[in-house]
Amino acid sequence: MADVQREYSSVREISGPIIIVEGVEGVSYSEVVEITTPDNTKKHGQVLEVDGDVAIIQVFEGTSGTSTSGTRVRFTGRTLHLPVSEDMLGRVFNGMGEPIDDCPEIIPEEERDINGLPINPSAREYPRDFIQTGISAIDGMNTLVRGQKLPIFSGSGMPHNEIAAQITRQAKVLTGEEFGIVFAAMGITYEEANFFKENFKKTGALEKVVMFLNLADDPAIERIITPRVALTAAEYLAFEKGMHLLVILTDMTNYCEALREISAAREEVPGRRGYPGYMYTDLASIYERAGRIEGVKGSITQMPILTMPDDDMNHPIPDLSGYITEGQIIVSRDLQRKGIYPPIDVSPSLSRLMKDGIGKGRTREDHDGLQNQLFGAYAKGKEMRDLVAVVGEDALSELDKRYLTFSEEFEKKFIRQKKDENRSIEETFELGWKLLAMLPEEELKRVDQKYIDKYYPRTKSE
Amino acid sequence: MIEGNIIKISGPVVVAENMKGAKMYEVVRVGEHNLIGEIIELIHDRATMQVYEETAGLHVGEKVVSMGSPLSVKLGPGLIRNIYDGIQRPLEDLKAAQGNFIEKGFSADELPLKTWKFTPTVSAGTTISGGMVIGEVPESELVIHKILVPPNVEGKLVDIVPKGEYHIEDDVATVLTTDGEKKLKMYHSWPVRVPRPYVNKFPPAMPLVTGQRVLDTFFPIAKGGTAGIPGGFGTGKTVTQHQLAKWADAEIVVYVGCGERGNEMTQVLNEFPKLKDPRTGKPITERTVLIANTSNMPVAAREASIYTGVTIAEYFRDMGYDVALMADSTSRWAEALREISGRLEEMPGEAGFPAYLSSKLSGFYERSGRVESLCGDSGSISIIGAVSPPGGDFSEPVTQNTLRVVKVFWALDKSLKDQRHFPSINWLTSYSLYLDDVNPWWSKNVSSEWKETRDRAMELLQKENELKEIVQLIGPDALPERERVILLASQIIREDFLQQNAFHEVDSFCSEKKQVAMLKIMMDFYDMAVKLADEGITMLEIREVSGVSKIARLKYIKEEDVDSYIVGIYAELKQGYEKLLENYKGR
Ligand SMILES: Nc1ncnc2c1ncn2[C@@H]1O[C@H](COP(=O)(O)OP(=O)(O)OP(=O)(O)O)[C@@H](O)[C@H]1O
Ligand SMILES: [Mg+2]
Repeated sequence: MADVQREYSSVREISGPIIIVEGVEGVSYSEVVEITTPDNTKKHGQVLEVDGDVAIIQVFEGTSGTSTSGTRVRFTGRTLHLPVSEDMLGRVFNGMGEPIDDCPEIIPEEERDINGLPINPSAREYPRDFIQTGISAIDGMNTLVRGQKLPIFSGSGMPHNEIAAQITRQAKVLTGEEFGIVFAAMGITYEEANFFKENFKKTGALEKVVMFLNLADDPAIERIITPRVALTAAEYLAFEKGMHLLVILTDMTNYCEALREISAAREEVPGRRGYPGYMYTDLASIYERAGRIEGVKGSITQMPILTMPDDDMNHPIPDLSGYITEGQIIVSRDLQRKGIYPPIDVSPSLSRLMKDGIGKGRTREDHDGLQNQLFGAYAKGKEMRDLVAVVGEDALSELDKRYLTFSEEFEKKFIRQKKDENRSIEETFELGWKLLAMLPEEELKRVDQKYIDKYYPRTKSE
Repeated sequence: MIEGNIIKISGPVVVAENMKGAKMYEVVRVGEHNLIGEIIELIHDRATMQVYEETAGLHVGEKVVSMGSPLSVKLGPGLIRNIYDGIQRPLEDLKAAQGNFIEKGFSADELPLKTWKFTPTVSAGTTISGGMVIGEVPESELVIHKILVPPNVEGKLVDIVPKGEYHIEDDVATVLTTDGEKKLKMYHSWPVRVPRPYVNKFPPAMPLVTGQRVLDTFFPIAKGGTAGIPGGFGTGKTVTQHQLAKWADAEIVVYVGCGERGNEMTQVLNEFPKLKDPRTGKPITERTVLIANTSNMPVAAREASIYTGVTIAEYFRDMGYDVALMADSTSRWAEALREISGRLEEMPGEAGFPAYLSSKLSGFYERSGRVESLCGDSGSISIIGAVSPPGGDFSEPVTQNTLRVVKVFWALDKSLKDQRHFPSINWLTSYSLYLDDVNPWWSKNVSSEWKETRDRAMELLQKENELKEIVQLIGPDALPERERVILLASQIIREDFLQQNAFHEVDSFCSEKKQVAMLKIMMDFYDMAVKLADEGITMLEIREVSGVSKIARLKYIKEEDVDSYIVGIYAELKQGYEKLLENYKGR
């Protein structure tokens, strides 16, 4: 199609982030366009639909400044590609994947379509390598493994950033291989982004971090691209260069808002709360880019962060995410109010890949029984709390009271830790057993007797 | 062959003009990469297609060629142990050809190009008709693959090859039909959207035994039946579906991963070869066909995946096998339907789903059933569909439309899940309409007391629910001992019978016999306890008797040790209670 005209100024309509161009020929679906406004500003867009000689285009930088006359649209004939190279490590890019750190241009080793390709299910390797985050609520109760996608469900004003930062500083596998970090910011504030930057500096391993920043005052529609460019870089580094990567995507809520904006502008039939009906599939095309591949050395572990509007877990954003990810870490306002950091509520949190990543030869033989017992005892203690609220503490039996104290101590000693406290998995286990010693041995029905015999600190009880 | 040009592209939906003469549901090849698609709407010379591969990069003006036949699957030896995408492309071959990622524009042979040991079962001269068996191929350790005459072929068998090794593409028989001679191979094709014919449908009579206590004993599904399993995220749909695929007494399992996680399919691929079918002792992969169209694979192929699955299931049913089909998740299929419908700008119904959601859904479940097949054998398809309601709210259209057609409802419950009561199937809201149908089978083959024990246990659980409300108001101490005994017994049923750990070596599977024995001892314990309570002994005293805590261990006792273990508990309970009574009378 070499003789086809590629630049048009026949903009018919502009609506929100969308412009519609008519009289076009040979346009391809999803291709990238370059837009020049009457005042010579350059913008980028992508074809959302072609119908005969009409192309519908989403403009990443927003349509302000564009006009139905004097705006030129050039079709590039290519889908969005990201130049990738090992030199991306240590660099900072904008939300479209262009360097913004005043360092030299990246000399690409390859250019990759930012949408990636689906991993063939029969090429995947099941994730099983325990990642020690140094945080007991995660390592002990909701263990993360290499190649998992485990989001943090949080709310505004809660310390999800601190938790994510602590994880990036402390995460390691017991065989010693280190993690590289790919960090994608979508609509977070400059301060938040800076917090992460300083944090990465602290680890002294900035040369193992790649940052993609779309900040709060950056174009909103660009957020649709940001996680994709970040994951494209991550796939290259993981599956071509053999690196193990932790990918932090924050805040997925802002990403979904951008998706909703486009959908509304296109007048699509809205789904729940106005989010598009295809949001599940769209989010899956991001989250499913985590994983391991058989015979390939690297891995992608995803930790998306999302702030639940209204702290509502049934809101479409956390709900659809939960349907795709392999569990969730839930940050609780109640615990935060009690002054507990990290305020991770272990009851509704779950790591679905935990069971295959723990136990003998991975963490320790008693891990499953121990976490199960801690979970049960904590749940029982919380039940007692509710009961006390109704009938008063005096109505409790001696045993019930022990459970009550257990739940308090569990929050204060096991869940709570310092922001720079990096607990080894053994320390977490030891702590857990120490807490169980508050309960009579006969109560430990969820742990195998042989582990009780081995680990229950008998002398210290009473 | 009809050739047209693309005029519109919107995601997986492509419109081409100059397509006059093309037929509805015909397969098309789209663009220079020969993407596979299917015609879903025809208006004048314009054909609208859903494309089963990524359409990014496709441009207006590229050509579209219709292939003359509807979307079909190839049915023959080589299906077992295979893993396909939604349109029957073998993922292993895709991997060999393209590497670890799925690229577009690839087609592969649906059935492996290899030889099979064929033994004819009819001789030349026989009059044959559609669905008849003409030979057999040992396909796997568990499956004798019967070679069927395609349903639309009949005539006189002119010749058939002798017993021997034949290649999948070899002709094995010649039939003289009214249209002349026709060669038959070991496989044939069948359009996925057309149910395969059979002679007769029978009412269900046998349970599909799953080894899962809450299912088999409380809410059984029949062979040839349908079940829906709705639940919010993380409530246990996939684990339950995997448990069924592992342990159900089906001869063939077709597992469709429809718009779900890649790792879950990997898990099946890793785990199944290591698991032995408890009834045959053979690896369960030897009876399994997998279809994986994960959430990040093209949505149109996701829409097709459940049809590909059910057509393969029908084919094995036609050989006289009992087939179980799991679809995880039908909600993702419905969403694919909705996305395509939205792109067609059809009038949206409830929650944006097209008005035909309901009829498509019932059309799918209608392909289940126990039938007399064309070859005179009886076979069945049981369909178990997972449903993923947004926000876990069962009032949404996919759940509601599913409940309208399925006969078994396994309601997953978030609050049970939060307590880690697994499987988190709510015993108060779930139901099975097959109870009376399968009762004769249980009476005859397992125990005449199955139904009665089950009904009494259910009654107890319902009673518990009523009592719990009272307890919340006045506390447990205020209840009479008799009712406290009900609470104790129902707690035992909940924790030690209904809860079943899918990941525990022994507990994962529980035989029919063990199920009855377990529930029986729990109810016998209850009866004993009521008598003691009537004598004035308290629930707390009853609970402390040594045999009681052993009931809880029962689920972890290996099948072969269950009988003697149970005898032991009975003895201990009896002794304990006699002593209690004695002491009490002495007081
Ligand atoms: N029978 C069971 N025994 C033990 N654990 C279970 C059982 N069923 C479910 N679980 C636990 O619940 C988790 C979630 O289950 P599962 O993956 O089946 O949920 P789901 O309903 O399929 O969720 P989604 O809709 O997100 O796919 C499992 O990873 C496991 O930890
Ligand atoms: Mg699932």
